[in-house]
Amino acid sequence: MPLDVKPGLEARKFKLVGTRPLRPDGIDKVTGRARFGADMSAPGMLVGRILRSPHAHARIRSIDVSKAAALPGVKAIVTRDDFGDCPDDLVDIRDNVMAREKALYEGHAVAAVAAVSASVARQALKLIEVDYEVLPHVTDVEKAALPDAPLLHDDMVTQGLEETPAKPSNIASRCQFGHGDVDKGFAQADLVVERKFRTEATHQGYIEPHACLATMASDGQADLWVCTQGHYYVREACAGLLGMDLSMLRVTASEIGGGFGGKTTVFLEPVALALSRKSNRPVKLVMSRDEVFKASGPTSSSSIWVKIGVTRDGRITAAEALIKFQGGAYAGSPITLGAMSAFACYALENVKSVGYDVVVNRPKQASYRAPGAPMVAFAVESVIDEIAGQLGMDPVDLRLVNAVNDGDKSSYGPKLPKVGLRQTLEAAKAHPHYTAPLGPNQGRGIACGFWFNFGGQTCVSLNLNVDGTVALAVGTPDIGGSRASMSLIAAEELGIPYEKVRCIVADTSSLGHNDITEGSRVTFSSGLATIEAARSCIQVLCARAARIWDIPPEAVVWEDGHARPAGPNAGEFEPMSLAEIARLAPKTGGPIAGHAEINAGGAGVSFATHLVDSEVDPETGRVSIVRYTVIQDAGKAIHPAYVEGQYQGGAVQGIGWALNEEYIYGEDGRLQNAGFLDYRIPVASDLPMIDTVIVEVPNPRHPYGVRGVGETSIVPPLAAIANSVSAAAGVRLAELPMSPPRVLAAIDGMKAAAE
Amino acid sequence: MSQVHVTTTINGDEVEYLCEAEETLLDVLRDRLGLTGAKEGCGSGDCGACSVMLDGRLVCSCLVLGAEAQGSKVETIEGMAAGETLHPLQRKFIEHAALQCGICTPGFLVAAKALLERNPDPSESEVRYWLAGNLCRCTGYDKIVRAVLDTAAEMRGA
Amino acid sequence: MRYEAPGTIEDAVGLLAAEKGLARVLAGGTDLLVRLRSGHVEPDLVVDIKHIAAMHEITAEDGGFRIGAAVSCAELGEHPGVRKLWPGVVEAAELIGSTQIQGRCTMVGNLCNASPAADSVPAMVAAGATVRVVGPEGRRDVAVEDVSDAPGKTCLARDEIVDSVFLPARPARSGDAYLRFIPRTEMDIAVVGAGVALTLDGQGVCTAARMALGAVAERVLLVPEAAALVGTTVDEAALGKLAAVASAACRPIDDKRGTREFRIKVAGVLARRAALIALERAKG
Repeated sequence: MPLDVKPGLEARKFKLVGTRPLRPDGIDKVTGRARFGADMSAPGMLVGRILRSPHAHARIRSIDVSKAAALPGVKAIVTRDDFGDCPDDLVDIRDNVMAREKALYEGHAVAAVAAVSASVARQALKLIEVDYEVLPHVTDVEKAALPDAPLLHDDMVTQGLEETPAKPSNIASRCQFGHGDVDKGFAQADLVVERKFRTEATHQGYIEPHACLATMASDGQADLWVCTQGHYYVREACAGLLGMDLSMLRVTASEIGGGFGGKTTVFLEPVALALSRKSNRPVKLVMSRDEVFKASGPTSSSSIWVKIGVTRDGRITAAEALIKFQGGAYAGSPITLGAMSAFACYALENVKSVGYDVVVNRPKQASYRAPGAPMVAFAVESVIDEIAGQLGMDPVDLRLVNAVNDGDKSSYGPKLPKVGLRQTLEAAKAHPHYTAPLGPNQGRGIACGFWFNFGGQTCVSLNLNVDGTVALAVGTPDIGGSRASMSLIAAEELGIPYEKVRCIVADTSSLGHNDITEGSRVTFSSGLATIEAARSCIQVLCARAARIWDIPPEAVVWEDGHARPAGPNAGEFEPMSLAEIARLAPKTGGPIAGHAEINAGGAGVSFATHLVDSEVDPETGRVSIVRYTVIQDAGKAIHPAYVEGQYQGGAVQGIGWALNEEYIYGEDGRLQNAGFLDYRIPVASDLPMIDTVIVEVPNPRHPYGVRGVGETSIVPPLAAIANSVSAAAGVRLAELPMSPPRVLAAIDGMKAAAE
Repeated sequence: MSQVHVTTTINGDEVEYLCEAEETLLDVLRDRLGLTGAKEGCGSGDCGACSVMLDGRLVCSCLVLGAEAQGSKVETIEGMAAGETLHPLQRKFIEHAALQCGICTPGFLVAAKALLERNPDPSESEVRYWLAGNLCRCTGYDKIVRAVLDTAAEMRGA
Repeated sequence: MRYEAPGTIEDAVGLLAAEKGLARVLAGGTDLLVRLRSGHVEPDLVVDIKHIAAMHEITAEDGGFRIGAAVSCAELGEHPGVRKLWPGVVEAAELIGSTQIQGRCTMVGNLCNASPAADSVPAMVAAGATVRVVGPEGRRDVAVEDVSDAPGKTCLARDEIVDSVFLPARPARSGDAYLRFIPRTEMDIAVVGAGVALTLDGQGVCTAARMALGAVAERVLLVPEAAALVGTTVDEAALGKLAAVASAACRPIDDKRGTREFRIKVAGVLARRAALIALERAKG
């Protein structure tokens, strides 16, 4: 079917898009009927469990599974010997999923068993004998970059340098972005501020641990039920690691209990399939909470230096950043995105950001909501705040002087199309929160944030049922309510009630390839594909009406859910509804459908400004969030309640990251807080209501103006809170989290210096 | 190893099961009785996703042995709706978009129901402190608290 | 692992005495099941005391209350008599965990788990509470502050059970309070805990004071130097002295929940804030 969706913005009044109907999976989720990763079972199912390294760094000399294999009830055991050659781009994944020569972090998988019950599986793990040669370890990003640091990979040589080094190191790569001449720019400045910042690793903290159920038959056909953000990627990775054709592996995405980027890769799934292959039975493999923290993908810890120079009226003349991220035991921290996003809010002549990707003896990182951006924004927006203070300028005004406008060259390269940062800043200034009175020990902070948002490969299939209802199949797992949004879009295009559309997430055998649900891409990309599929379907509907009326198809138009003659010359026919045409489908040519296979481009960036009031107890250093407002550009909010939900959820993850969340390692390289007791995410009593303002500066590259919204909201909170603490207590915290001992030490230090 | 034989009541129905001594009530509900509404988020009583009512008390089922349910009355999320009719809390959660991924939702609903049965007119602060043992990572709690307060008002006839 | 649910305390003691392997007593289970699940403890026998009727009772005794070992903190909080007599103890017990934990946990379990950070213990110590220990030889009473002297260790023999905790009568014109410091608002283990109980005479002069600190040593500390309040009107100067005494008594560690310096400082802050609440309660 010819594609008829122009990449431009259409002016229209929406009937359904922008309303707040009930979501299709709502009843299942409030009754407990919805099935998540660990909620599925199969006859003859075995329980899988993984043996993990207790050492942060160790050579695995040998693994003896004989005693475990002899235990009654044990049906299969796998180790590194069960994972052979694989495509180059999967080597790190393969090694992370099952350690090879070395265990590279505490929790690294070393072996796995499948047994008839959890207690037999647990006993079996105890009987596996692993001979470790413990090696020195390093978990700190700065220490790992030193020349004498323990080396993780003998063949890791820093990429991206002018001269490739002769010796290996833990520095995987260097990247650089920017333009102009920062030295010249700093020379022109009236005021230069430079600061160093450190952030600790955090975890996405989804409440549902990783879980899957794998069934492989002896002819090599396999089914995998898994909670994931990208079941097509899971298929690709598992097929690659198990040496299977893609078509032999059917992956079904269960309902997912949170992902935030942490479920965009594989940890358990290839192991579960390997166990199922070996035992010839279904194998269920679920992570414990302890394993989630130790052996899934937290985000990077960082060390960041920022230098910004301004004229006395607030114009930035130069901005520079040096950023180091550790991505765990393998290359691949989000350093590129972090370095690119650093100064994205500002229109700059002279800007330079340099990033280093460092490996350490920690679990392999995975994406966490705007990967790389929050830490860097913490640094940059803190320095901007300090500059505003030193210049005696209102912090919003300082940002307005420098904020990017439509058509500016971004600090990371491309020319920006229409953008909404200025609008969010102006909305912040106009908001009652901005001028509300503050109580004792309270302070107000503001910060801005940015995320690129992405498009990508997307397929949608839209089928009409003979009763006029619509079966809409998308391939992007629903992590935020996207089925409701897709249904709204399809219903809007077709001109039928929302309730007539039923949207499902299809499995990998039922629909073409879809990229992962990440990068805030689903409403944009699956939405675009849904629009195309719907319009394609409308062409068929019009052709069928034309056939029924015996007029040319060009003489039929679609309006308000009906086919009607284009004009009086076409003939006098009563309009036919979608349901009427659908009912006659068997007689007019067969089933009616529309579909789209696209590589969506034109995703729009999303900017935000956050306002926060916090209160600091000067005797204990405890910080409480008193008031929070998120102001973010959504382009066009398809379902406003779900857009608000993304704003609030991202802000609260940022609050946790700013105040209390951190990975705590001991001298022994072991994680000390691998549970929700001591990995402290915000609880309901920690927070006020999170107010939201949806700004809509439409994305000109999408017919409705949609921009991704899911990620930007986690970018400003770290700095906004640091800035509010600075205002409340007079101390600037440059290290996250701003836990009470740190805040109190800063306050006491300030008092001592004053005496 | 011999198993423990338990007779108990779950959502009003008399139920019998066998379980190992170290199995938790959560394990029994999910793996033996097919009641997968209660979820395991942490296994250590820190997240509340496994919340059920036990003899009229809100508890974490991951911290109760299956054996301890002998002679008791257990109420899970599966018993919250009356047939086709949703409990007002369930309805309000959907209306207020008080769930995104939904994994914490059964726990929150059981906990919120326990709150409103004991205190039909809670303040926002009372709602937040009562629900502090239920972790949510998606919503930031805002819409959950609004849904509970709105339900309380509706149930009071306000 | 075996599970037993005896109906009398004699049966429970008998089971413990007869067990050759490792046995654990199960009341609320909110500590035991976490340790079971993480593999920290692998008992051969678990003795559930919740089927022993007397363990669920709260009875008035000698002007105070005897609280059975199986009484949950939620039930304790619903007892108007105990709350009126020792509000600090009840508030402390109600701080343990979440609403869900409260539905199961017990003060006796909190005490016998022997964490120096246990929330109910400093308040019980400040109130002068005792526990009744039952074994094959008979019964004995032990002051709460003497039950544990190291993390995870109690003075109980392997065949002894605590069957109740006794909160004594409270003198006229006295009050108690417990405060803890945690980084969030709920759900955290105490980084510092301070329980204070004091008594005033008719002129508002302090005649007795007890203070106990949690999470700042290898055991809950009863701080005798709190007697510095005696003879004062608990004014700013006296409170300042109490804070200094509290900080000086600490011998804390650096751990994932707090640093040494932080605990020492905050112990002083909490001691003073708790004493102020106790003072207001004493004044009526």
